[in-house]
Amino acid sequence: MPTVIIGSALDIVEHCGVPRFLFVDFPLGNPCGRPGDAAMQKRIVRQGLELFETADTGQTTIYCAESWGSDEWRERYMEVTEGNRAELARKGDELRQRRADRQRRP
Amino acid sequence: MSTSEKPAEPVPYMRRSRAYYEAQGFERAYRYAHHDAAPFAPLPRPLSECTVGLVTTASTYPRASLEPRRVVSSPTRPAPDKLFADDLSWDKQATHLDDLNSYFPIDHLQTEAAAGFIGTLAQRFHCAPTEYSQRATSEKDAPELHRRLLQDEADVALLIPL
Repeated sequence: MPTVIIGSALDIVEHCGVPRFLFVDFPLGNPCGRPGDAAMQKRIVRQGLELFETADTGQTTIYCAESWGSDEWRERYMEVTEGNRAELARKGDELRQRRADRQRRP
Repeated sequence: MSTSEKPAEPVPYMRRSRAYYEAQGFERAYRYAHHDAAPFAPLPRPLSECTVGLVTTASTYPRASLEPRRVVSSPTRPAPDKLFADDLSWDKQATHLDDLNSYFPIDHLQTEAAAGFIGTLAQRFHCAPTEYSQRATSEKDAPELHRRLLQDEADVALLIPL
């Protein structure tokens, strides 16, 4: 079945290898456009749909030209700093404990 | 060109998440799915005659983070008021999911169907479970999604991960 992916994680999707991919360079969560901007969303969805007809080979990636409007999010996402390192280690311990508890359940 | 005008590089999510999980004390790095080639299915008929299936990684109900996940399907008409994705990794600092059409463009697809750009939107949409198991995805969930899309007589599928 022909598929198109509209998504925002370029490296992950290309590493996986998919037939048709519209890359929208936005923070993870809103690959179809900024919340509240219906006109932008329509343009992105239209561009994604067009890929069904225009792509003629697998692993076709098209870069969407829409802009999120700022770049601060790029460095912040999953950032590891001296300021949050201890908190991340604590969260990791907590998660492992929850997983172990779940596995022990009958 | 000054630094501020330089086009931004896409975020290196694989590298970023490796460092993040290392900082959380996980010893084995997550191995992202990888295929050397992607099977390419040509369009069987013009898009204006196709039934389009819609697949999201969000859910119709709030999932707990370690709860077993399964494929869930729901009608496209009426469109859902909201979907749930608090259990998924997305940029909760930079944005929000209050506008359904920013990640699940159901209204825009109905508009494209009314305008004749696509044939029609399939009667159901499907929620793909994002298991941290490539085997579960490729051997269980993907075939189930495909089966349901065929049941809906979808000709093509639009896949929109968060």
